[in-house]
Parts: sequence; C-alpha cells; structure tokens
Amino acid sequence: MKLTQGKINELLSESACEHNHKKEGKGKNKSCTQVAQPGAAQGGCAFDGAMIALVPITDAAHLVHGPIACAGNSWGSRGSQSSGSMLYKMGFTTDLSENDIIFGGEKKLYKAILEVKERYSPAAVFVYSTCVTALIGDDLDAVCQKASEKAGVPVVPVNSPGFIGSKNLGNRVGGESLLEYVVGSQEPEYTTPYDINLIGEYNIAGELWGVLPLFEKLGIRVLAQITGDGRYRDIACSHRAKLNVMICSKALINMARKMEERYGIPYVEESFYGVADMNRCLRNIAAKIGDRNLQERVEILIAEETAKLDEALAPYRARLKGKRVVLYTGGVKSWSIISAAKDLGMEVCATSTKKSTEEDKARIKELLGKDGIMLEKGNAQELLRVIAQTRADMLIAGGRNQYTALKAKIPFLDINQERHHPYAGYVGMVEMARELDEALHSPVWAQVRKPAPWATAEPGLAID
Amino acid sequence: MATIATRRKSVAVNPLKQSQPLGSALAFLGLKGMMPLFHGSQGCTAFAKVMLVRHFREAIPLSTTAMTEVSTVLGGEDNVEQAILTLVEKSKPEIIGLCTTGLTETRGDDMQGILQSIRKRHPELYDLPIVFVSTPDFKGALQDGFAATVESIVKELPRPGETRPNQITLLVSSAFAPGDVQAIKEMIADFGLTAIVVPDLSLSMDGHLDDNSGSVTSGGTTLAELREIGSSVYALVLGESMRGAAEALQKQFGIPYEVFPSLSNLDAIDSFIEGLADLSGLPVPEKYYRQRAQVQDAMLDTHFFFGRKQVSLALEPDLLWSTVHFLQSMGSEIQAAVTTTKSPLLEALPVESVTIGDLEDFEQLAAGSDLLIGNSHVASISRRLNTPLYRMGFPIFDRLGNGQRSTVGYRGMMQLLFDLGNLFLEQEESHAKH
Ligand code: SF4
Repeated sequence: MKLTQGKINELLSESACEHNHKKEGKGKNKSCTQVAQPGAAQGGCAFDGAMIALVPITDAAHLVHGPIACAGNSWGSRGSQSSGSMLYKMGFTTDLSENDIIFGGEKKLYKAILEVKERYSPAAVFVYSTCVTALIGDDLDAVCQKASEKAGVPVVPVNSPGFIGSKNLGNRVGGESLLEYVVGSQEPEYTTPYDINLIGEYNIAGELWGVLPLFEKLGIRVLAQITGDGRYRDIACSHRAKLNVMICSKALINMARKMEERYGIPYVEESFYGVADMNRCLRNIAAKIGDRNLQERVEILIAEETAKLDEALAPYRARLKGKRVVLYTGGVKSWSIISAAKDLGMEVCATSTKKSTEEDKARIKELLGKDGIMLEKGNAQELLRVIAQTRADMLIAGGRNQYTALKAKIPFLDINQERHHPYAGYVGMVEMARELDEALHSPVWAQVRKPAPWATAEPGLAID
Repeated sequence: MATIATRRKSVAVNPLKQSQPLGSALAFLGLKGMMPLFHGSQGCTAFAKVMLVRHFREAIPLSTTAMTEVSTVLGGEDNVEQAILTLVEKSKPEIIGLCTTGLTETRGDDMQGILQSIRKRHPELYDLPIVFVSTPDFKGALQDGFAATVESIVKELPRPGETRPNQITLLVSSAFAPGDVQAIKEMIADFGLTAIVVPDLSLSMDGHLDDNSGSVTSGGTTLAELREIGSSVYALVLGESMRGAAEALQKQFGIPYEVFPSLSNLDAIDSFIEGLADLSGLPVPEKYYRQRAQVQDAMLDTHFFFGRKQVSLALEPDLLWSTVHFLQSMGSEIQAAVTTTKSPLLEALPVESVTIGDLEDFEQLAAGSDLLIGNSHVASISRRLNTPLYRMGFPIFDRLGNGQRSTVGYRGMMQLLFDLGNLFLEQEESHAKH
C-alpha cells in the first residue's frame, strides 16, 4: 500500500466514522485531522498510532525503519498482554545512521528483514516507516515485497511516518495495512455459525481475558482478535467470520467497514466497560447472529453474572456512593466509563469530549445530566480549574495527567494504555471498584495535605 | 586497553540507546523556568515525555514545533516561530531550550538563521534566552545530547564577571541522578564553597511536593546563576562527556577545570574530597573521616561477595566507566560491557573489550554471569538468563525512587556496596539450598 495523499484523505474522511458527519456537512472531521499545534502540549504521532494498533499481534516481529528516536524511545512500553509468543515485545529497528540517510536506507532495511527472519522466525514481519525514511524517499513497499519473496514469510509494509498526523490516523494506517496485506490471505481450518472477530481491543493489562470466557460459555468462537493478543494467522483468516465486533474504539472502523464491503461481514460497535454496556454487547452479538437459543443463553448468563456482580460490588457501592469524579479520556471511553461510574453510584461532574463523535457527545450529555461539564480540550491548568470548580473528589484520566492530579494532591485513577489493572467485563467492574475505592480512601491524602505544624504557627509562638 | 567492537548487523534488536533529543531534554530540565522544545514532528516529543515521566514519576515540561508533512517540505521556520510565541504566551518560560530531531536535521533547517530572523521580527523576545542545540537522532545517544546541551548552555548564557574566590562551577553529566547531584552539592557546601551546578536536576527532578502547578520546571539552575558562571574560580567536571563544556568555559573565561570521571570508588571520592580541601583551603570536616571509615568497613564486610564475581554491564559510557571501576575496586570481574556511543573513555577502560551495541548483543555476551547491570529493559533478559539485575541508567520504569537514589560519595558508594552485596548474598543463599 503506497501512502498517497489520496489514501490519507480517504482515511481521514472515513465514511463510517461519525466524526465526519458534522451538521450539514460543515466543519472538518476533527479527531483524525486534528494536528498538534506548535508549542502546545502534544500527543503521539501516526507512527505511534500504527504501532499501538499492530504491535498486539504477538507472534509477529515489528521492525521500525528509521533513526533511533522512534523505536529506541518507545519499544516494549505498550501495555498489551500476550498469552503466547513474546516476540512482539522485542524492539527491532534499522537504527539509521548519518550515512544511511545520505545514501538511502533501503539496502539496510532489506538486510534487516532477512536478519530478523533468520534469528527470530516470526509469523510475519511488520515494517513501519517513520518521518526520516519517508523524507529520504525509501520505497518501503518494494523492499518489503522483495524481502518477503526471499525470506518466505509475509512482510507487511506500514506507511506510518509520524508527520502525516495524529495517533488516530496512525491506527487507521495500521488497519489499512491489515486489510491490504493480511485479511483474506489464509483460510481457517473450519468455520462455525458463531465465529466473530473482535476489532480494536488491544488487551491492555490483559482485559480480554476477563471477557473471552464469557464468549466461550456462550459458544461464540472468537476467530480473530484484531489485534489484542492476536495471532497473525487468525487475522489472515478473519474474513470468514460472521460478525465483526468493534470494541470501544473508532480507531479501526475502516477495517470494520471495508470488511463489510469486501466480505459481507456486518459489524456492531460495543464496549466492555460497565455492566450496562457489557450486557448490551452480549445481547447485540446474539441478536446479530440471530440465533434464538443463543439469545436465551445470553439472558441466563447476564442474570447469573449480574447477580454475582451485585454481591461483589455491594461493599464498594456503599463507599463510593456520591463521590464526585472528573473524567478526562478520549473517544468512546468517555461515555462508557461514565456509565461504569454511575453503576457504582458515583457522580461524574465533568468529562472530556476530545476525540468524541457527535453520537458519543449526545450519549455523554444524556448520561451527565444538565450540570455536567463537557471539556472540549484541556491542559493541566484547565483540568485543575475544573476539579476545583466542581469540588471533585478525584480525577480519572490517562497516565499523562497522573502527575497533574498527584501534585495537586488529588486522588487519581489511570484509565488508559499504561494502566496495570483490567477493567473490562464483569470481573473488570470489581477490579475498577476496588481501585477507585483504594484511590479515594487512601490514608495518604490527609497526610500530604497537612501543612507542617510549625509553618502555620503564628510568628512569635515559635520555640526558640 | 579495551578493544572496541561494533557489531556488523543491519538491525538493532532491543535497543539500549536513547536518542540525543531525549538527553538534551533531560539536561534542560535541570534549569529553572525551563521549557524544552523539540523541533520535529509531535511524536518524538510525546515519546520522550512518556519516557521521562515513567522514569522520574514527575510531570515533565516538553513541547514540540509539531512539524507536518507540508511544513517539512516548505521549511519549519513558521512552526518554530509559532511554537516560541505560544510558549511565551501560555507557559511563560524563563528559558527555552530548542533542539533539533532526525527529521529537521535531515531536512537541514538553518536553525541559527531561523532564530535570528524570528528575533528580528519579535523584539519582545529580546530578553528571552533561547538555547539552541543540534541533536540529530541518527547520531550519538542520550549522553551526547545531554553533553551537547550543557555545552550550548555554558557557551550562550554566562557573562564575564569579576572572579569570586568561593564560587565554583559544577558540570554534571547524564551519569549522575538528581540524588547524586544533591549529595555532591552537600559535599561542596561542607567546604564553604558556593557551586553553580549545570544542570541541577536535584532541584527539579528529585520528586518533591510544592505549590507550583506551572507548566515549566519549578526548580533547577536559575538564569541569574547561569549568567554568573563567568565569575567562578574553578570548574569541577563530573563525567568525561562534560569535557567539551569545560573546555568551552576555559576558553571563554579562563576558568581552569578538573574532570572526575567517577565518584563511586574510594580513590575517586578521596581525590574529589582532597580537591575540595585544596580549593577551599579548609581542612576536611570531621564527618568525612567517619563516613570514610564506614565505607571502608562496608568494603570489608561485602568483599566476600564481590570477589571474582562475573558482572555484565549495559550502560552509557560515563556510567559504564564509573561502575566498572567500582566493581573492579571490589575484586569483581567484568564479563561483558555494552554501551551506546563512542567516548574517549572506552579505549582506556580496563577490560578486554567494549561493544557498542544493543541488548541482543548484551544477552549473548552476558550469558553465564553472576550479575547484570543495566536499565529496566534488561529485566526480561535477567529473567531469561536467570541472573539477577541491578538497575542503573535510563530508563528505569519498574523501580521507585529514581529521583532520590545516590551512588556517589562515601555514603552513596556504601549504599551501592550494600545493595549489590545483598543481591550476591541472596544468590549464594539460594544456591546453597540446593
Ligand atoms: S514523529 Fe516521526 S520521527 Fe518522531 S517518533 Fe514519530 S515517526 Fe519517529
């Protein structure tokens, strides 16, 4: 896949993405075209986004073609977990030097791919281009094709130089590479009427493992995990699924839509966060598969799980009731976490709507009530101001804002990529409740807020 | 003495190296009211920021000129200008530290020219120091970016002034953590000397609560102090990579200097203390007799466990040097030494060979050793080789307290002796059980 301007524009204006259905066709689609402002706080680049989307494919080698900055400062730091191969955790890069940049990096890349194949026998090699290799004009696609023929393994080019845009766009570039080179390239040994793919779930902190047993109990087979704890071969076979389930993310919507177009696989958009969402997710899947029996099994499972959950959550609900939180996270998560917090009896006073679609926003509004504040954008100062204004008890946000909260002595819960605890599914709710409780009721808060006793003493009272 | 090996391969596997701009940002963070600014695409800044946050567990100021594909083609001048103006308006930095990245270096932006023309258009920036450093990602490593930055700082900011007999300048390389800087400052203060420390991470990255919620560094060397460096009588230089900066000071202001490549073994610390006594003309305070006696005692207690141990290290050159000397001074042997970048220290290292390479090389060379020393990425190697790991260097994201650790001076060295000694001890006990 050559990444032409046309291709980028297509990804930016993905037709199935509500970002692009602004009122009367006016206004630009925000989240994907959103470019960082010089001098402003910044997010990751498209390369980062492509890696986030594809690195969870655990049995592949992920090779970064560029100078050390792109891979050296980031390898091994993504939180998706594996139940098998650990190859995806290794950092591979061509680590270009000045000479490579003057004379071009194609030869080095070709050799690098062969070396990786030779020493690590991956199921496939994903090769990512970066700003510098795009700028010097290395032909990624040609090199990958040649190397693939020679090495006898799939070598997938991912044209993801950081400067083309945001992390979100990078996710889609990653999805595009899967569509172009992987999906449909192999055939499964057998199929069942209950085959689904999960799309856009990255198994951060092992979240999938709280959900997969539910599918198993119901007799639903997850054919391919795209991409959390994913296997290359499964994804190659994923075109034979009966249904695509997009999880909590518009990031890979281009995959869902194009797989519908190409292979006639319908898709649903679901979330694993919170009881209400989890229930809805299972019901929707059963309805889409259209099997009476399955639907009944789903109802039984939901009844069982929610009864168990109510019991487990009771003590936490009592302690969390009425606590006020400010939520700062992107996209669909804003509303799915609101509904999870509400399940626990907490009050969400404010939330961000960055990366949220119009549809997301409507749901957020409904969930927040009339007093809820919707934060269009925010920096550290803005967040602190809102927390003070709403007299919130805690901040739930991505790790990036952790120290904003802690330095201001405000309890904090990490909800994004780097978190270490799985919050998905019914079991995840218990985990989240536990974490919220612990964060809010830690004995440290009183201590860190306490001024030194001598500092408050009036002058003259000090003992000499 | 050492031969320097560079592996001939086309792919780096599990890189040990971090890029120059990251090192530059780290150095800049030791100045007060600082906002480091990467001239490049947004991702480089985001990655560097995440790494620094994970290592220090602190909020880290860092900004980007946010180059896009279009601005890369057309030239980045507008982005640099807009970034600076936005920062001035929103974050009100006292200093801006501007570094290049692989992208803008490949493009070949004329940075000095760009800065000049921005200054011409914006006289309101007259008083704002903007320290520029060239830090291409495709050359050097973290230590080089850090060193180049200190060199730029001392070239651009100090002004000539009358010599003050008690004022010295302390140049500190990336091998020294905030806790180290704190310890070294205390030693200097004990001799009645005032030190201007460049950079002073002990005031910004040491992990402390204050009421500052601003977006720039709340502590570090102040601009006023940096201006007065020209009045120092002497420069104490910690880490070989700081030599360039020291030479620059000598050239501009005639400040003599001495380089101390390590402060983590007895001889090195002794000569540093002796140097302080000479400089100040004061006798060595009583407490150092005591501390020295303690560390000597600790050496005796621990040497049983260090003797003939095979240790493998993956560290940047300055840190590699000081750690190798520490280990050898305790009777340990170096099985493997892997590092990131060239340094005049490497050839002089008293080991057979040093490899400039990655952690794949390290894993092969280190198999069978008794102890590994390296950053958090070495943890998985430690599991695979079933060999204990002592974490040093950058990044360390799976251990707490990186802002406070100190391994320098008699006390820091003693801590290091006990920490490593305990690792060896534990290992011997677990072997004894079988
Ligand atoms: S912005 Fe470009 S150079 Fe920087 S990390 Fe992303 S791909 Fe690499």
